[in-house]
Amino acid sequence: MTARLIKFLPWLAVGLLALFPLVGSTFYMQLLTKVLIMAIFAMSLDLLVGYTGLVSFGHAAYFGLAGYALALMAPKYETVSLWWSFPASIAVCALFALITGMLVLRTRGIYFIMVTLAFAQMLFFIFHDTKIGGGSDGIYIYAKPTMKLGEMELVNLEKLENFYWLALLSMAATYLLLHRVLGSSFGRALQGIKVNEHRMRALGFPVFRYQLASFTLSGALAGIAGYLAAVQYGFVNPEILSWHQSGAVLMMVILGGMGSLYGAVIGSFAFILLQEALSNQAWFGAWAKHWQLAMGILIMLVALYLPQGLAGLMQRFGRKPVTEAADE
Amino acid sequence: MSDKSLPPSPLPAEGGDVGSPGSQVVTGAPILSTRGLTKRFGGLVAVSDVSLDLHVGEIHVVIGPNGAGKSTLTNLLSGDLPPTTGEVLFEGRNIAGCSSDQISRMGIGRSYQKTNIFLPFTVFENCRLAAQSRTPHALRVFHRAEGYGEVNRLAEEAMTSAGLDHRARRVAATLSHGEQRQLEIAMCLATQPRVLLLDEPLAGMGPHESQRMVELIKMLSAGHAIMLIEHDMDAVFALAHRLTVMVNGEVLESGTPDQVRSSPAVQLAYLGGEELLHD
Amino acid sequence: MDFAFFLIQLLNGLQYGLLLFLVASGLTLVFGIMGIINLAHGSFYMVGAYLAWSLSSMTGSLTAAILLAVPLTVILGMGLERLLFRHLYQRDHLYQVLLTYGLILVFEELRSIIWGDDVHGVAVPALLNASIPLTENLSYPVYRLAISGVCLLLAAALYFLIQKTRLGMMIRAGASNRDMVQSLGIDIKLIYTLVFALGVALAAFAGMINAPLSSVTPNMGSQVLIICFVVVVIGGIGSVKGAMAASLMIGLAETFGQVLVPEVAGMIVYVLMAIVLVWRPEGLFGRT
Repeated sequence: MTARLIKFLPWLAVGLLALFPLVGSTFYMQLLTKVLIMAIFAMSLDLLVGYTGLVSFGHAAYFGLAGYALALMAPKYETVSLWWSFPASIAVCALFALITGMLVLRTRGIYFIMVTLAFAQMLFFIFHDTKIGGGSDGIYIYAKPTMKLGEMELVNLEKLENFYWLALLSMAATYLLLHRVLGSSFGRALQGIKVNEHRMRALGFPVFRYQLASFTLSGALAGIAGYLAAVQYGFVNPEILSWHQSGAVLMMVILGGMGSLYGAVIGSFAFILLQEALSNQAWFGAWAKHWQLAMGILIMLVALYLPQGLAGLMQRFGRKPVTEAADE
Repeated sequence: MSDKSLPPSPLPAEGGDVGSPGSQVVTGAPILSTRGLTKRFGGLVAVSDVSLDLHVGEIHVVIGPNGAGKSTLTNLLSGDLPPTTGEVLFEGRNIAGCSSDQISRMGIGRSYQKTNIFLPFTVFENCRLAAQSRTPHALRVFHRAEGYGEVNRLAEEAMTSAGLDHRARRVAATLSHGEQRQLEIAMCLATQPRVLLLDEPLAGMGPHESQRMVELIKMLSAGHAIMLIEHDMDAVFALAHRLTVMVNGEVLESGTPDQVRSSPAVQLAYLGGEELLHD
Repeated sequence: MDFAFFLIQLLNGLQYGLLLFLVASGLTLVFGIMGIINLAHGSFYMVGAYLAWSLSSMTGSLTAAILLAVPLTVILGMGLERLLFRHLYQRDHLYQVLLTYGLILVFEELRSIIWGDDVHGVAVPALLNASIPLTENLSYPVYRLAISGVCLLLAAALYFLIQKTRLGMMIRAGASNRDMVQSLGIDIKLIYTLVFALGVALAAFAGMINAPLSSVTPNMGSQVLIICFVVVVIGGIGSVKGAMAASLMIGLAETFGQVLVPEVAGMIVYVLMAIVLVWRPEGLFGRT
């Protein structure tokens, strides 16, 4: 494959995905929408885990918070405008990430993992135990947000394919944004911090500020995914910010291959399709109910034998090892 | 041990304000100096009441046996460790307790005894990152990192100075040990420091590589104040304008190499009878 | 609040804290000595509770159930260490997180397959099924006092084991310098297996003795795990002393919080953690 073709591949993939509603059934369109949303979520976590070297196990907090922000902002039986509710939800996540980031980034390693998890659980219990977000039942979002220009409706999100395209557009935009950010001086500094935080500090980089910026951006991007997920499901409950969610998205990142944006996308495809397959009663009968058993074993196998994920696997079989690094 | 066993000054005098090794010492206000610098780890005093000066144009070599506190002293100057008591004065201002990134941005660069580079990155990227830390627009998020001519120029200059320009595209992990040491210095240079703290730059190098590094450090001394920690006595006497001997965290003797060589305390405690100073 | 009521809450808080200590001490030991983060630690607590329930309904006695179950959990711990955790010591924490997350899912599903998803209760042993009257209408259950006593005994035994015995010395040496211990001819692998099994058994035992007090529920493992993380963060990684201090602190804070400010009780432990993070990020008894 030539380098040009590889550069062209993501656009080809997006183009093909954009055409999917012309042929796909409702079921598969919904499934793919979910995949696209989770891909955004996985990319946001990859920014932390794969590029900044911060293993967060509480990323569902930002995902769920955006959903709750939408649910709480939307009037009960009426529609809410996407134009302000979308950015507002993302801003809430960014702010929460900024505040928690200031605390959790005081720690490293195992501590960091535990503390991110603990703060996510704090949010879980706030929504679970109090009346703010409807307790353990959560809140319904009866109507999808509207995209109006004046009085004219631009896009009707109640239509499945329109929402699908919105998710695809958001995914592509997130990919592009992160691609640009990671290629910038800021992104390079993050990658330097991941490799050797101490040396970066000795070179004069204010490491904490960079990490905090990355943490905040990551939280905001997780908010994009969380907002879209809440719109798709039509409700939020504490489960969307539970630690199972945090674990699942971490699995997507590693399954795909951390430290590569397309890896995060591949990982979410693989994870959700796998989840769908394992819980398919037609295939696995009574065992389908216990699909998490197979998933758990699979996760352990990936942790033990596939640390570089599918992207690493492809590289191992696809290319020879390089000593001269590419420009990217 | 008699004076005869001491080597002659191995280099001819160069003249000028740099001062040839062993002959004269730059006078005037020091750029970096310490006063009563002390570091305790629990009950252990690693660095005790150290006062020394660094001048631009001068190489100040610190020698001493293992565990004398040389590396700890470097860490105190670079901000990797906060001192327990005492002052670190940079251009007259006390910077003790500043973080290592702040101190680096003031213009004090350091290299590490154990090679401390970005192994998965190319040589150029290692230097580019270092140079990037000096640019005010480093936080720009959308502009491609390679798009800054000034940063690239600094990185390339640093590579050339350290003699690594032919290795620019190589991944740092694949370099030889000596080249990695050179990269360590190149990264330090890319941050455009005025003070260089070099912690055993010759460690583990072969004779040929060592010679290159000595030449490099000599060249750098013109525009920088250098504190050099080194065990290789040939290199020490080839380079030192000023020499400080540390033992058990304390300064045993400090002065020109000739003064230090003739110090009875040094001969007794450190150089005593050993072949360290034999050619 | 009158004194008797205060006393009851105090005892409850201490009892809860001591129970937390049993779970958290194993977690912090495994962190500190092997450098492993184990998300599945809460599952051992859950397994202990379910074992207590199923074995006590089989044998009719909680004591018999515990006597049967503890060796089982030790074997479980040794098996897991040999099969899985051993491969993770040199690996990045990321993979430890992933593997133990997978392990949680496996435990949860196995629990669902073996024991179902229902909530169960376990009877308090007849011998301890009594109350000590404090005032006319307030009394304190003997069983809770017994739990506190057992936990204190175990804590003392743990302290003795780590500080005074040869094994404890090797454990402490292994935590600070793995290579040195190995070069002294001490079988570090065996020590790791033992420490891990000890942690598993302590967590499971906590689940067993607490089964009569709180119902045996499917998600009990994850709840206790998170609180134990907070305990370890507050106490400092690897510090058993810190785990004890932090456990008691959290036990009391949660218990009194639920009485005094029930609306925000769930938040208290996290606020405590945030304060510690700002003040001493390495934990109260952590090494800097």
